[in-house]
Amino acid sequence: MTDAVMTDVQTPDQMRRDRAARASNAVRRSLKKRYAAEARFRAYGIGAVGLALACIVVLFSTIISSGLPAFTQSAITLNVELKQDVIDPEGTRDKSTLINANYRKLVFDTLLAEFPEVTGRRDKRALTAILSSGAAFQVQQLVTSDPSLIGQTLELSLPVAADFDLYNKGVINKGTAESDRRVSDQQMAWFDTLKERGIIESELNTTFFTNADSREPELAGILGAAMGSLFTMLVTLALSFPIGVCAAVYLEEFAPKNRLTQIIEVNINNLAAVPSIVFGLLGLAVFINFFGLPRSAPLVGGMVLALMTLPTIIIASRAALKAVPPSIREAALGLGASRMQVVTHHVLPLAMPGILTGTIIGMAQALGETAPLLMIGMVAFIVDIPGGITDPATVLPVQVYLWADSPERAFVARTSAAIMILLTFLILMNALAVLLRKKFERRW
Amino acid sequence: MGEVDMSNAVEVTAPMASSDAARETKFHTRGVQVFYGEKQALFDVDLDIYENEVTALIGPSGCGKSTYLRTLNRMNDTIDICRVKGKIELDGTDVYSDKIDVVHLRARVGMVFQKPNPFPKSIYENIAYGPRIHGIATGKEDIDQIVEESLTKASLWNEVKDRLDEPGTGLSGGQQQRLCIARAIAVQPEVILMDEPCSALDPIATARIEELIDELRDNFTIVIVTHSMQQAARVSQRTAFFHLGDLVEVGETGKIFTTPQDQRTQDYITGRFG
Ligand SMILES: Nc1ncnc2c1ncn2[C@@H]1O[C@H](COP(=O)(O)OP(=O)(O)OP(=O)(O)O)[C@@H](O)[C@H]1O
Ligand SMILES: [Mg+2]
Repeated sequence: MTDAVMTDVQTPDQMRRDRAARASNAVRRSLKKRYAAEARFRAYGIGAVGLALACIVVLFSTIISSGLPAFTQSAITLNVELKQDVIDPEGTRDKSTLINANYRKLVFDTLLAEFPEVTGRRDKRALTAILSSGAAFQVQQLVTSDPSLIGQTLELSLPVAADFDLYNKGVINKGTAESDRRVSDQQMAWFDTLKERGIIESELNTTFFTNADSREPELAGILGAAMGSLFTMLVTLALSFPIGVCAAVYLEEFAPKNRLTQIIEVNINNLAAVPSIVFGLLGLAVFINFFGLPRSAPLVGGMVLALMTLPTIIIASRAALKAVPPSIREAALGLGASRMQVVTHHVLPLAMPGILTGTIIGMAQALGETAPLLMIGMVAFIVDIPGGITDPATVLPVQVYLWADSPERAFVARTSAAIMILLTFLILMNALAVLLRKKFERRW
Repeated sequence: MGEVDMSNAVEVTAPMASSDAARETKFHTRGVQVFYGEKQALFDVDLDIYENEVTALIGPSGCGKSTYLRTLNRMNDTIDICRVKGKIELDGTDVYSDKIDVVHLRARVGMVFQKPNPFPKSIYENIAYGPRIHGIATGKEDIDQIVEESLTKASLWNEVKDRLDEPGTGLSGGQQQRLCIARAIAVQPEVILMDEPCSALDPIATARIEELIDELRDNFTIVIVTHSMQQAARVSQRTAFFHLGDLVEVGETGKIFTTPQDQRTQDYITGRFG
């Protein structure tokens, strides 16, 4: 017998009380620790959320502040006389004559008339550089759509070249040396004069929303890429949603649980982790090189993105199907519903909100995807708005990439503006996902 | 006489039933064995279930009552690891043979579960679903009639007749269970299996369901699993006692509760275990 035991001669009652007191003390001591841990954990949590919010605020404010200027465009108001002898000297009103007429001369002459003192060839060219090449195009459009305008004088609001637009917005200013900027002191002076005359104004940049890409920043728009994205997403949705849901339903409701289905399951999860560019390479090798589908087309882009979205949809759908309580399945089976009826009448409707949410999240991922589309040629410079899934097209994130890569100063703002549009779509899609979940959420 | 062979038990108790000759056998099961993977849950169960009678299955938790019940309408098919051996005949046809389609079998043998599980649809749709998928009723009037009849039989009609469009999940627990019974009745099955239908209900709701079971006996054959000895005594004509996967004893309810043949039955009904 040791010493300790010898001295510890206590009555059972004492021992019990002693033990209780010790336990209570221990609890009290550990309580302090536990509360401290809780407080610390909460602080970490708040810190993490705060940091995330700060990042988002910084991100959004930089994008918005640099993108907002792109939504306005300087325009010059000129009284252009649509001279018969310049446009259609023979008066035939022939279509090709009207299209090929020298509208440049018309608008340039009008601008030059504002400054009769400018005579030199060089000066003239410098002065007319204020006008965008889109100005002549705008007049051409006007005349070809309504030849009866010929001979009249119209007050037209014509776009100003991107560099002068930037000067008007203060991005280009006299602060930099003349040789380092693309607008000379003389041009600035002319522009200021025009401004004083009140014929330069800043208006909403509708071109940005109605045009496709262009070499001239003031004529470049987002619609082409947006339509490209739309067609691509349609193809992606049409392929990945039915295939994904069917696969999920089969795996979850019908497939026997054996080795093979386990391997399939693991591989679907692996597929979700494959870098997207690999899907691009696959698309290039299989869809374009082997099946000979058109390059740069939303069809192929959509197919590639569908491959990428499939695992997301399958995994989300399986989770949604799993979440349907087994008691519902038993109820239907017990009534004598066939397995197919159980799925289509009960399980799928209940799982639909989860499936739709997963699909929308998958689609949002696909909408923001760039890398695989680069591989299949959707990075091309395309000035036409695509009218179908086989027309050459580009998509919003690729457009962002293209503009961000462009040396023109004026594309900086447009890049941010395109990002804003892209983010708007993404936020809308995610909001839709939340809404759907809220709306169809059912209790059982 | 502690260890009575169970085939003996059947023979001993069967003659005790009152009008034995008149009774038709609905389910005839012999040597039923059920395995969950490697684990055997039922050992050679021989049990007959007679028409228009309530048969109660009692026994301690985990003894295989639900397992046995679920072999009768092949609900065990939905469990991948579950295997069933033995003879299970419904009106003389083996339910596991090719002659019986499982969908048809479940239309003939309805089931009410332990936890009320109405579909998250309207009360009306809950009842109408079964008749509709089986093509028992097609016209709106037919279905309306079935809905009213089933709800009336389940003594729920007066409580819900003004809110048939409301979700079935919005009813109280007892009402939901009666809705589930009405839903089972609506497909006009021959047998209704009930797995502890009152375990989630209060005494009043339980009493109503017990009354209901008694009324349903005229038209249906009922097999009910219950943990309540009193309930078994109140509603059933015959009682089968299961223990650790064995059918220990089966007989007329009054006899089982007053003069059990087996020591284990006696211990269980007197509350010594279970
Ligand atoms: N899905 C299953 N997978 C594996 N084993 C199961 C499964 N269902 C039941 N078992 C086993 O089979 C045995 C019988 O179970 P069963 O559910 O039939 O018991 P029970 O008599 O209904 O019990 P309770 O009164 O608790 O409902 C138990 O030992 C149980 O562990
Ligand atoms: Mg059970």
